[in-house]
Amino acid sequence: MMEIEAQAPGVQERDFSALDKARVVEALARVLPVGVLMFENEDLRPYECDGLAAYRSVPMAVVLPTTEEQVVAVLRTCSELGVPVVARGAGTGLSGGALPHPQGVLLSLARFNRIVHLDPHARTAVVQPGVRNLAISEAAAPHGLYYAPDPSSQIACTIGGNVAENAGGVHCLKYGLTVHNLMRVRGVTIEGEVVEFGNHALDAPGYDLLALMTGSEGMLAVVTEVTVRLTPKPQLAQCVLAAFDDVIRAGDAVAAIIAAGIIPAGLEMMDQPATAAVEEFVHAGYPLDAKAILLCESDGTPEEVAEEIARVREVLERSGATEIRVSRDEAERMRFWAGRKAAFPAAGRMSPDYYCMDGTIPRKRLGEMLSAIQRMETEYGLRCINVFHAGDGNLHPLILFDANQAGEMERAEAFGAEILELSVALGGTITGEHGVGIEKINQMCSQFSVAERTQFFRVKAAFDPAGLLNPGKAIPTLHRCAEYGRLHVSGGAVPHPDIPRF
Amino acid sequence: MEDSVSAWAERIRNAAATGTALCIVGGGSKQFYGRVQQGEILDVSSHRGVVSYEPTELVVTVRGGTPLAELEALLATQGQFLPFEPPHFAPGATVAGCVAAGLAGPRRATAGGVRDYVLGVKLLDGRGQVLTFGGQVMKNVAGYDVSRIIAGSLGTLGVILEVSLKVLPRPVAEATLRFAMSEADAIERLNQWGGQPLPLSASAWQEGGLTIRLSGAEAAVSTACQRLGGERLDAAESGAFWQGLREQTAAYFAAAATRPLWRLSVPSSAPPLKLAGTQLIEWGGAQRWLVGELPGEQIQARASALGGHASLFRGGNRDGEVFAPLAPALLALHRRLKTAFDPAGILNPGRLYQGF
Ligand SMILES: Cc1cc2nc3c(=O)[nH]c(=O)nc-3n(C[C@H](O)[C@H](O)[C@H](O)COP(=O)(O)OP(=O)(O)OC[C@H]3O[C@@H](n4cnc5c(N)ncnc54)[C@H](O)[C@@H]3O)c2cc1C
Repeated sequence: MMEIEAQAPGVQERDFSALDKARVVEALARVLPVGVLMFENEDLRPYECDGLAAYRSVPMAVVLPTTEEQVVAVLRTCSELGVPVVARGAGTGLSGGALPHPQGVLLSLARFNRIVHLDPHARTAVVQPGVRNLAISEAAAPHGLYYAPDPSSQIACTIGGNVAENAGGVHCLKYGLTVHNLMRVRGVTIEGEVVEFGNHALDAPGYDLLALMTGSEGMLAVVTEVTVRLTPKPQLAQCVLAAFDDVIRAGDAVAAIIAAGIIPAGLEMMDQPATAAVEEFVHAGYPLDAKAILLCESDGTPEEVAEEIARVREVLERSGATEIRVSRDEAERMRFWAGRKAAFPAAGRMSPDYYCMDGTIPRKRLGEMLSAIQRMETEYGLRCINVFHAGDGNLHPLILFDANQAGEMERAEAFGAEILELSVALGGTITGEHGVGIEKINQMCSQFSVAERTQFFRVKAAFDPAGLLNPGKAIPTLHRCAEYGRLHVSGGAVPHPDIPRF
Repeated sequence: MEDSVSAWAERIRNAAATGTALCIVGGGSKQFYGRVQQGEILDVSSHRGVVSYEPTELVVTVRGGTPLAELEALLATQGQFLPFEPPHFAPGATVAGCVAAGLAGPRRATAGGVRDYVLGVKLLDGRGQVLTFGGQVMKNVAGYDVSRIIAGSLGTLGVILEVSLKVLPRPVAEATLRFAMSEADAIERLNQWGGQPLPLSASAWQEGGLTIRLSGAEAAVSTACQRLGGERLDAAESGAFWQGLREQTAAYFAAAATRPLWRLSVPSSAPPLKLAGTQLIEWGGAQRWLVGELPGEQIQARASALGGHASLFRGGNRDGEVFAPLAPALLALHRRLKTAFDPAGILNPGRLYQGF
């Protein structure tokens, strides 16, 4: 027993520098048809980063398989040669999860783009992992059904990437995250074994490995097929826009709505700078003098919506809203949402670069978080606008910076890191939906103890004993945390926050 | 409190060193479930109490030994509840037992199961270490989602010391409707309704009749009642009906006192089972109970042909496997995961499957 303990996993990152590209390429070419394997530098460049463009690395090779057999062949080959493999969907991830390994193979699932089967009667869709999130809802629409989780990136991101990140959306307070809307995931382990997690029933025998696979950031297996649950489209949706002259009061209004027993279909908040930024961009007609605005959506039958909107309005009035508007038609509802959904592009217009944070905190700590962010803006000399999945406490501060200005990128990173540390200190988490990837890996050292991180490595080893799937992501090694600890005291308190640390 | 946790940790470490199996016991209400128990009793029911409850955050954190009834009573004071309607099966049921067993009641098909509401756990693993996974917030993707695999793991991965659960407001209105209907028609109808925006929250078909429950806003429930028709049960009768299903005190389950009770979990639209025995269908067609003496292999084969699986829920031979066999690659992953949490294989060994 005790020998097992002596060689606890996750002490140090593996060194792959001895791998020989020519040998790897030759081995892959032997098992793959023409057109699937790419290894010339100019073909590899487009894959050098995902949505977190600050981190870049060119892989040794890219494969674009079209069949599960090819995926198996790639994984077997890489397993035999000890080559890292990084899976990639659409590359919209914001945490560097699909950042290639410089000595590894990038496995793109982009050609797995077929909806295999849609069963309107059983309300399920079997899809390949490269199918875009929105494409599922489009295919289901003629049957009055849709796929509920709706990340803002849904026109581009793939269901495989959604599974890997446990993606959320603006409607997940009522309809759940990816994990709540999956029935079955089929995947291939690094050893080339095909495994099915879950099934088309509501539960499966044994451990709930479907839940474990969801949000595992491509670290446990490569997803080759997904069955999602489809939801009946509500007859009607209506949105309430409320303005507040104080951010804390807006936060309290959110709590009051929930205390009244209402679970809205969506409950979002934007602070004044965010409102101003998006208004300039989409002209949604948002009140610009408000310190914060809330968007609260109700859906269901017309009677149900009318009843809920009346109750929401009453709560908002009681909570001190300075203005309340209820969407009168679908066009107005879309206009209310247009601004919120354009928050990222608006940030992109305001500033050459922006950095999106993703902590979740208990909602009642919102005030503390927002005042701390205000302090950090002065401290780091950077602006930050805040959009917030208020219903479930998931905060997206967008830190604005210009990577071409010396030091700004480093300051943005330090700013972000401090927000993440504070999220943990306030009883929350460093990531609500974007994943740890490479971006937040250091802050994992603060959120989890050595024993817990070691346990994560053991879980990984159960699927991937050699540690070849997406190495260096999601879970930091003891070694990395020791390095990070030298710069940082755990518990959110950073020594000499005024001294640049990167 | 912390004293008893360190005493249990010590006991686990000793048991690991000597290879002594431990049988984790809470309220003992689900002792009938899973394979036969073995090992020295490790009674963890004294670790109880609410750690935190924030109704407006929709989260409650309790110690594992907290009686389920106590938790539900607390939530009720705030008009909230556990949407998965876990069965108690006996007055002493604990929250940790509820999570470990992973069983959900009538609302499962529309509200989700235990795992859908687990946000975080604090565990004592097979090395006697205290580990915390997940947290107290609704959206959290930091690290592997270990807390959800604890749901339904029957104590084989660790002792549940604390658990954080998402809770929801209790629906304001509820109505129960009954229709005379054959099995095939009921399955067909339930799937049709499932595809429409109706506030369905439970269903049960038994020879000759389909009963459904609607829950939600006043307006939604009354519109649906008008649309669907059927015979409406009064509040007392419907309360007793769904409670009888949830706790298996309904007449249907009485037969299971002398004969094996099987649970078949299948796609909701799967056709009638056509297996000898008496049946009860729940979860919009996705859960089918069968009381009968057919050989287990035959029942497993039928469930698997329909795309699901069967488990021997009560009675029968509990020395053999009671859950559906796992495909070899999946079984290998299970064994390795078990070893990751409990290298000496001392926590509830064999409760889920033979050998781990
Ligand atoms: C403008 C914008 C808005 C966004 N809004 C949201 C939002 O509202 N909610 C939200 O949750 N996210 C959001 N995101 C983040 C991102 O879109 C999601 O994380 C999405 O799930 C990533 O999908 P992808 O196909 O782009 O995956 P990629 O970025 O390609 O990969 C993401 C991770 O998944 C792994 N992966 C991909 N495919 C597979 C597979 N088949 N098998 C195994 N692992 C795989 C990769 O290795 C990587 O770790 C947003 C991003 C952008 C750019």
